[in-house]
Amino acid sequence: MIRGAQPVGRFTMNRTTRTLAVIAGVGVIAMLYRMAAGLGAATALNDGYPWGLWIAFDVVTGTALACGGYGIALLVYIFNKGAYHPLVRPAILASALGYTLAGVSVALDLGRPWMIWKIPLYFWHWNPDSALLEVALCITTYMFVLWIELSPAALDRWRGDPGSRLHKIASRLTGPVDRGLTWVIALGVLLPTLHQSSLGTLMMLPGPRVHPLWQTWFLPVLFLTSALSMGFAVVVMENLFSHHVLGRKFETAMLASIAKVVVPLQVGFIALRVIDLAVRGDLALAFTMDSYAALFWIELALFAIPAVVLASRSRVMHAPTLFRAAGCLALGGTLYRFDTFLVAFQPGAHWSYFPSLGEITITAGLVAMELLAYTAIVHYFPIMTGAAAPRAQVEKAGV
Amino acid sequence: MNRRTALKGMVVAGATMARATSARAATRAAAPADAVGLLYDATLCIGCKACVGACARANDLEPDTSWSNGLYQAPLDLNARTKNIIKVYREGANQSYMKAQCMHCLDPACASACMLGALKKRERGIVSYDATLCVGCRYCEMACPYNVPKFEWAKLNPRIVKCELCRHRISEGGIPACAEVCPRKAVIYGPRAELLEEAKRRIAEGGGKYVPKVYGETDGGGTQVLYLSHVPFEKLGLPTLGDEGVARRARTVQHAVDKYFIMPAVLYAALSAATFRNRKNAAWRKPPEEPQP
Repeated sequence: MIRGAQPVGRFTMNRTTRTLAVIAGVGVIAMLYRMAAGLGAATALNDGYPWGLWIAFDVVTGTALACGGYGIALLVYIFNKGAYHPLVRPAILASALGYTLAGVSVALDLGRPWMIWKIPLYFWHWNPDSALLEVALCITTYMFVLWIELSPAALDRWRGDPGSRLHKIASRLTGPVDRGLTWVIALGVLLPTLHQSSLGTLMMLPGPRVHPLWQTWFLPVLFLTSALSMGFAVVVMENLFSHHVLGRKFETAMLASIAKVVVPLQVGFIALRVIDLAVRGDLALAFTMDSYAALFWIELALFAIPAVVLASRSRVMHAPTLFRAAGCLALGGTLYRFDTFLVAFQPGAHWSYFPSLGEITITAGLVAMELLAYTAIVHYFPIMTGAAAPRAQVEKAGV
Repeated sequence: MNRRTALKGMVVAGATMARATSARAATRAAAPADAVGLLYDATLCIGCKACVGACARANDLEPDTSWSNGLYQAPLDLNARTKNIIKVYREGANQSYMKAQCMHCLDPACASACMLGALKKRERGIVSYDATLCVGCRYCEMACPYNVPKFEWAKLNPRIVKCELCRHRISEGGIPACAEVCPRKAVIYGPRAELLEEAKRRIAEGGGKYVPKVYGETDGGGTQVLYLSHVPFEKLGLPTLGDEGVARRARTVQHAVDKYFIMPAVLYAALSAATFRNRKNAAWRKPPEEPQP
């Protein structure tokens, strides 16, 4: 039970949510087209670029942006930072939705999705070499872990409502779920540690087909550290944004202290990348006049600028600055993933790829669904803490 | 003991030594004992493309006529209807034909990628495909350094398509269709060890005609399809990969993390213990204090 968490109140559609619903609807139509017409017709994927937007964004970037639940659980339950406990439920909700939609995206991306059940069940065929197998099994399990971690929010609501049909069963389940949650929470830290690093290992196998500015032994470490930073960045942004929209008082002090965790992660990421390049003798590639070098520096800048900003105590307490720094970080991690999976991947000069309208509509639709579901769920279930503050006070804060 | 068996003995001894060395260095997989393969000699090929048509017939592939207005088979590259192709390299007076198909690597990246082992080295070291284990993830296409596995993008029940060395013909006592039909014996079929021996003999007796190297002997950890050429191999589109098995690095990392579930199990135990302790003592679990009057 989270002290002070309560439903936001009645959910009503407004212009924003209506727009999101339309985008989601168009996405669903595109998904039906993909299932009916096949991958060749619905996507721009080809034999040179067999992985495109859905893998690079929905799966690889989407799950990293959904690492807030992982990061906050790590702080609260493993490092015993109880002060961040109010952030647990919003973070877990965002993670659960992000991972679930990544799962939907994988099902659309697979050429033979009706075979998907064989991955967990045909264990005697499991290939221990395959990083993708680990990613698939971990992400599927973690999706369930996240919803179980979130289940106390639903139980709290039904338990506290004697008129609900679920009142009795919720009351009975609360105790066992609470006791069993320890094992689930620990799994919820283990699984992302494994698969977020393995998402990096995935691109080690194409070896020389990935540009040397990105191809390294340290891909798993770089993917894990940047996933954590991205998760924290999203928690910060989500918190500031929802408090702004709902007219609540900012919890800037708590968010600013998260920055303390992010700064060393960022510094470590940058140092590891640069030192690794120097040791391999490929640092000169960063000073070549080409788009690869340019992207490399943009990535580093998007990681370095927030680190500098967040290291300053006065700046980090200013909500708009904090929001922008977090946005910068999320963007940096996104670009790093796009570059590793798409831009730096070099199948040969005669191949090219740019996502098709169908791919883009489906990805946009999934993001819209995620935002809609998030909004609806915080209205019905006790996810968020903090009481409403006078609107004027929020406006003075300037977001 | 005649010259041939002596040579064979030397090759076997050499291979054994190489295996011992590589076992120490552990950077290269040894060829399976029954490994078969192809030897393509670019100096003999006249680009007649008989092998392209024979391959399509032997594998029931619909001819790819999209670039000839439906008139004749004219694939641009390996694709879902083309497991074998003849390409040409031309640069001034230098020119050469090139035959591309699956290399049947000794340490195949595609097999390393494949979640359930749909692509796997099976009998005779042939990297073969079992559609019943394929979910269509296409990681094999991402992984292959030769860009060989292709996907049936146009189909609703798509499969991966690649040369399987006519394993259906071999199991009936035949040989791959490309090698059978080649009028110049530019591509020949046989046990890998014998092909390697033959390739080295041709280089030795070629009087400087050949680039003094058999591509595939050690490249990318070694392949079962071997190449001889009079122009540099990279001109033929064969990548410079080094001697290390292409799948080795990723596997090293993957096994370090997951082998026998030791690391995950230890980590899980530690995480559970920490969570248990921290949840038990956490302030947020204590009932809220009554406000003081």
